[in-house]
Amino acid sequence: MRRSVSLYGLTFSLPLLLWQLVFFVSPLCFLVALSFWTVKNFRMQPDFDTINWVTMYGRSVFWMAYAKTMAMASFAAVLTSVLAFPLSYAAAFKLSETARRWAVFLMVIPFFTSYLVRVYSWQIFLSDAGIINVMLGWIGLGPFHLLNTVGATMVGYLTLAFPLVVLLQMFSLVFVDRTLIEAAHNLRSGRIRTVFAVVIPSARVGLVIAALFCFILSFGDFVSPIYLGGGDPTTLSILITDTTKSGQQWPRAAVIAITMIITLLAVAFMAVRFAYKGRTK
Amino acid sequence: MKQPFGRHANISRRTLLSTGIAALATPMLARRAFAAPTELTMLAWYGHAEPDVVAEFEAENNVKFVPKYYTGGDNMLGLISQSDPGTYDVILSDAEYVQQLNAAGYIEELDPADYNFADYFPEFQQFPGHWQDGKLYSVLTRFGFLGVSYNTDALTEAEAASYDVYWNEKLKSKVGHFDWHLPNLGQMSLASGNATPYDIDAAAWQEVQAKTLSLRSQVGGFFDYGGTFSSLENGQMLAFAGIGDWITGVLQKNGAKVATRIPDEGGLQWTESFSIGKGSTKAELAKKWIQYVTSAKGQVKSANMAAYPALIPSQKGWELLNKELPEEAARQGMVLGKSNVMDMIRSGQIHYRQLPIQQGLDEWNDFWSEYKSA
Repeated sequence: MRRSVSLYGLTFSLPLLLWQLVFFVSPLCFLVALSFWTVKNFRMQPDFDTINWVTMYGRSVFWMAYAKTMAMASFAAVLTSVLAFPLSYAAAFKLSETARRWAVFLMVIPFFTSYLVRVYSWQIFLSDAGIINVMLGWIGLGPFHLLNTVGATMVGYLTLAFPLVVLLQMFSLVFVDRTLIEAAHNLRSGRIRTVFAVVIPSARVGLVIAALFCFILSFGDFVSPIYLGGGDPTTLSILITDTTKSGQQWPRAAVIAITMIITLLAVAFMAVRFAYKGRTK
Repeated sequence: MKQPFGRHANISRRTLLSTGIAALATPMLARRAFAAPTELTMLAWYGHAEPDVVAEFEAENNVKFVPKYYTGGDNMLGLISQSDPGTYDVILSDAEYVQQLNAAGYIEELDPADYNFADYFPEFQQFPGHWQDGKLYSVLTRFGFLGVSYNTDALTEAEAASYDVYWNEKLKSKVGHFDWHLPNLGQMSLASGNATPYDIDAAAWQEVQAKTLSLRSQVGGFFDYGGTFSSLENGQMLAFAGIGDWITGVLQKNGAKVATRIPDEGGLQWTESFSIGKGSTKAELAKKWIQYVTSAKGQVKSANMAAYPALIPSQKGWELLNKELPEEAARQGMVLGKSNVMDMIRSGQIHYRQLPIQQGLDEWNDFWSEYKSA
């Protein structure tokens, strides 16, 4: 039976549709069109030329940046998930209702301060004469070269995504059916084994979505690679700024941006498929 | 102490509303007594429309500047090309972009008789790029040099007297780059021994690339404006390529142990100038601003600008600067009658920063990206 389109239904669905069209689909279409424009003497001209695609995809720099960004974002997703898990596990299973509410509150607090400010303050900790090296100096170690490294970029990615990942993991763990855990214990499964055989599979959707969010945030981040990583290695976001900084090459930057969007959509699609794999509901 | 709160409840809503509206409207009414200030839009690098520079002009002419700040010439061209003609009344530009502004028809022709060129040092009276076929399009207002910027605790001035210092062993992972190809590759071109750093043939360009790549292992990072400041200030980077006193001068004034030395191989010059935007409805006022900022007192403010200091082209400006701020004049080397920055220009030690002449800008930029990922 076909459902008729009612005015009542439209009233609720149309604004969302319009919103999507105006703020997502049309800018995206413009971005695609822009990637075929040409630039002559610093001026962009509407055109239909594949030169930008051919140039960008033909450059080893682009693929190097792509591979490095992909690797760094993937590593950040795994690292953040692993580090966040014990915390969210404890909050979900060991804390009282009140204490958990406090934990949620504490995880939300970092969002009150600008991410840029938080990243800048990491410089004070990580620089050669910074807090960490001074403290290591007291016990006769260092100084270690911490700032402007990939490790520092990871610290930045953690700053960006860690609280969110903890929250997402925690919400999925809270809803894990406790009877399953009791059953596992009754069947003489040890604590660790229960976590891996029961808790993690039961909370898979939330855990994967949390890691996916971390990947998405890190993949497109510009602040950490530039202010903590010292712009080295070049990530795709840095390559976009490089490209626009010379001769108004916005069309080439559009090529990079579209490639990033397609990559994120593909990763998100795969992650969601994996998350819901084998679920009947 | 609930009393005052309770008393408020006795005031009727209507009284409260009317009193509130009256209170809110009072400043509006008071302001009506004076003419509303004319808004003048300015497209510029950060700092040019801040109170330390414009407050006096604003008060004298009942003007309010509405700035739009950019970072880099490409950013500026992008902003203009996306706006309607007349959006920006005054436009500040680096010399190498004035020709692009002119070619695209974004700026008005100016009358040379309106400006104090007679007060300028002869070198700056007909600055290349600001004039086209004998017509004036932009008025030089300030400039500065780019050289070897360094941490004075880590290096001596003698060490910084050559670009070779970037390759010094004690600077491993301690050389920073200001992340823009033009000044960095210009310095590398000078380090490779090119007399005209931006006008080099294919063979020389190959050499510049090889020279640049050999520096890669010394490099600790590529920084934007903010990153450059912080990494020099906290000693994370001990030497910096692609910048000059416009960064180290600000840090120096705040007590950081940094300085810039123009090396013996030569230095680069950046140059800023003001133009009037095409289609500006306030061209007369814009002209008045350019006259002000190129007058002696405007030049002093420009030299000592809080955001970043600079050298000034007006001799009258130098005289006033030496009278009012002798320390700053000495710090920047603008003392008349002594060895000063003009001597450096006159001895041929300084080269204008330009767009590459024999290669495309793309080629330089593409190499820069490759260098960064090497």
